[in-house]
Amino acid sequence: MNRKTPKEKLMTYLILFVFAVFFIVPMYVLLSTSLKTFANVSIQTMWQLPSEYSFAGFVEAFKELAPNVFNSFYLVIPATLISAMLGSLNGYVLSHWKFKGSDTLFALILFGMFIPYQSVLFPLVQFMQTIGLYGSIPGLILVHVVYGLPITTLMFRNYYKDVPKALTEAAKVDGANIFSIYRYIFFPISIPSFVVVFIWQFTNIWNEFLFAVTLTKTQSQPITVALVNLAGSQVVQWNVQMAGALLTALPPLIVYILFGKYFIKGMLAGSVKG
Amino acid sequence: MEGFYMKRKHKESLTSLAILSPSIITLAIFVYGFIGRSVQISLLDWDTFTKFIMGAKDYVGLENYIGLFQEERFQTDLWNTLYFTLFFILGCLAIGILLSLILNNKPKGSYFLQNLYLFPMAISFVVTGTVWRWIFSPGRLPNDPRGINLLFERLGLGSLQWGWFTSTFSFLNFNVALIAVIIAAVWQFSGYTMAMWLAGLRGIDQQLIEAARIDGASKWQIFTQILFPIQKPITLSAIIVLAHVSLKAFALIYSMTGSGPNNVTDIPAVYMFEATFRSNRYSTGSAIAIVLLAMVGLLIIPYLVNSFKEE
Amino acid sequence: MLLKKSALLSVILMVTLMFVFSFSALAQNENEVEIFSWWTGGGEEEGLNALIDVFNENYPNIEVINATVAGGAGANAKAVLKTRMVGGNPPDSFQVHGGAELINTYVETGMMEPITGLLEEWGVKDKFNQQILELSSYEGEIYSIPLNVHRGNVMFSNKQVLAEHNIEPPTDMESFLTVLEELSQTDVVPLALGDTNKWTATHIFETILVAKLGAEGYNGLWNGETAADDPRIREAFVYFDKLMQYVNEDHSALTWQDATQMVRDGEAAFNIMGDWAEGYLKTLGWTPGKQFGWLTVPGTKGTFMVITDTFGLPKGAPHPENAKKWLKTVASLEGQDTFNPIKGSIPARLDADKSKYDVYLTDSMNDFAKNTLTPSIAHGSAAPEGFITALNDNINGLVTTGDIEGSFEEFQKDMAEYVR
Repeated sequence: MNRKTPKEKLMTYLILFVFAVFFIVPMYVLLSTSLKTFANVSIQTMWQLPSEYSFAGFVEAFKELAPNVFNSFYLVIPATLISAMLGSLNGYVLSHWKFKGSDTLFALILFGMFIPYQSVLFPLVQFMQTIGLYGSIPGLILVHVVYGLPITTLMFRNYYKDVPKALTEAAKVDGANIFSIYRYIFFPISIPSFVVVFIWQFTNIWNEFLFAVTLTKTQSQPITVALVNLAGSQVVQWNVQMAGALLTALPPLIVYILFGKYFIKGMLAGSVKG
Repeated sequence: MEGFYMKRKHKESLTSLAILSPSIITLAIFVYGFIGRSVQISLLDWDTFTKFIMGAKDYVGLENYIGLFQEERFQTDLWNTLYFTLFFILGCLAIGILLSLILNNKPKGSYFLQNLYLFPMAISFVVTGTVWRWIFSPGRLPNDPRGINLLFERLGLGSLQWGWFTSTFSFLNFNVALIAVIIAAVWQFSGYTMAMWLAGLRGIDQQLIEAARIDGASKWQIFTQILFPIQKPITLSAIIVLAHVSLKAFALIYSMTGSGPNNVTDIPAVYMFEATFRSNRYSTGSAIAIVLLAMVGLLIIPYLVNSFKEE
Repeated sequence: MLLKKSALLSVILMVTLMFVFSFSALAQNENEVEIFSWWTGGGEEEGLNALIDVFNENYPNIEVINATVAGGAGANAKAVLKTRMVGGNPPDSFQVHGGAELINTYVETGMMEPITGLLEEWGVKDKFNQQILELSSYEGEIYSIPLNVHRGNVMFSNKQVLAEHNIEPPTDMESFLTVLEELSQTDVVPLALGDTNKWTATHIFETILVAKLGAEGYNGLWNGETAADDPRIREAFVYFDKLMQYVNEDHSALTWQDATQMVRDGEAAFNIMGDWAEGYLKTLGWTPGKQFGWLTVPGTKGTFMVITDTFGLPKGAPHPENAKKWLKTVASLEGQDTFNPIKGSIPARLDADKSKYDVYLTDSMNDFAKNTLTPSIAHGSAAPEGFITALNDNINGLVTTGDIEGSFEEFQKDMAEYVR
């Protein structure tokens, strides 16, 4: 699909443009509101550019958010790596080293992602207290890893599923074991899938609020708690709140830019699949 | 020989199980243990804080469930979930796949656009919910439109103005107010479907497509007969992930519309949060959770049967 | 070779995990006190910080851990607090609305320490408005100390809009309807409402309920002296339904903040809201009495719908002695007079220095001292939490459907289920 007529090219760019607008409009509102003074923020003036530009929102938001950034990195990086790694191994085993009952096991793992988190908060807090991890970031890491496993397992399993079984069998004949086949055959071709999983886990854990607020104490609160705390109980300063949201979204954005490269390069060897 | 094979097979199974064991153990506690607890609470009469604290085990059977299904609010919630999930998934798939197909050809600016389409996912729901609430605030029609209605007026599209999420109109139990919420949710997550498809497309052998083209296949044929079948597992996992998101669209809906006039944009997750944390109706809250889980079961069992059959 | 590599990998993973988990043993510091509240943004945070400064002047060696959880008028904080209390992990002291939210949830379940003795020991018990201490009391003991008071039955008006249309502020319920009718003939919205969050409509309804039942009748609802099927309650539903004919049609797309903004922008004449709206109008650059006026909601003169934030002492608090010092600061005149002018509320003590408060708040203080107090339903003081959500749903349905009889029935049903 590389050779295109000018008409097709025009169509392509038209579609991309329309969607770009759809994606940009809310961000425009977000950005212009964050640059307004509090007194100028209202639904009425939402489409207008700020009458006077003010960075007060960003300054205020940065001041409040900065102390919690470290907590978030400390939480998100291990949680993302561990859940992706375990998910990859799970997916590999469940697609290429099946055993009796492994399909049922997969179904049971998968089901775990649909658990409504609000309904398990009480037992969860009690359990975390029992094992002594309540109020700490490691506890939060554990929770995010566990509840992330179903999704990461699913993504990797469905990605590995298309790798021909013959490949595994041939490697076995050559004397490779379960680990070396993973290490030398599966891991290297998993990069696009890892990218997708990293993006998902990083963003979700980064933005997650419910666990973050119930399982931490003041000293260990991640950035989302600080972001929500920018609001007062009655009055919400939307300029500060939106500036804060943009600042908070920067690390995931950087992750997209860093990892997104691997999509562009298309570095997967085409011969493995299809 | 046979014995050796069996032995090896057995050993392999044990290794496989060992690799899976951390996940199995933790999920057994964090998912099934807690679900069991929820089931238990849903069968009790813990609908006040005192009862919850005292922890007396007075089982009331299915009373909480029966009560729930008789409630108008819960019935509305179920319809809302059905339609929301359906249109949300369809919207994300259609837009995500379209964008991934275009971006896979690496047109100019694709690097930037790809990140642009993903970016909404990075922004806190609490805030995007508010932005979308502003955008879809109808204002006072016809004289004083706001948000997107104002935009329509400026563009000469005044006839497109309507009440958006304040509308209480419904059609076949579909509350049209949900349209605004669905658009917001699609905005936030279609970029992710795009990323999943893009990751899959990168793995497809270009020669396969080239060969089909030489044989005279049209673009549509290439898509429906080659790309889509190859991408089916990825599409299915996208659907499961999106279903998971839609059942949990709590934060977005909570900050965007709340449950709306007469619950037109209410979903079970919002109701469950209110029941559990606002009104201390723990048993009712747990019953909602279990109903949600049962619905999910109905949704993914066909998927699993289908996918195991294929292998 | 391979095995070695994967072994190495696992070792690295293990070490990382151990490193990570070793942080979990957070050192318990004896010289601290954890204060839990939902005062985060806006003037509230500054008010709380000023109060903490007062505390630290008296107790420089105790570090205050300011645990705050914002969002939804305290909804998130209340959820977190519940998980902590149930999990046996209470803070040293926490913010809680006086009345049912405190008594029904935490006192009846035996989770709080009585503090009547402390108040007597400090000699401050009679300095408080005695009616408000009632809200913190259960079976003769006091369980929390009220720090501030907001008023719920206030109606704010845009003075310029009223002048332009020659409107006199209404004094009774009948003239209120007349005024609204007159305004509805103009292009301004008579009554601004933003009920994306359901409590705002309930907030209006409860003031109407007071207007129809009178303060005593209203308070009687909660101790059983007023019957739930009292015909005056039906009248309240009828009147409320009439009011709803005069609100902006896009009310369900707006929050209370947007509604107050409508008054400020001259789009609407009146807004019924708690007096935190006064603080909001001030941050938008308005001066009370100059650009905006206020009056008690017609029909509720002589009553004061009270919303009060209090602090108590949970059983099992990790630092009870420090918590008592915090409570002493909360109860002190200095503490109350430091916090409230910044927060934009009035003190629960009656001996405060009025010169520190603006013209609106002074007016409110005078009423507070002599009016009959009525606890708010919408803000958690009058009835158990289950009733509040049920009433929110009920009122929300009424606004949409106008089914007065259905709502009245539902009200009786919910009273029977949750209140007695």
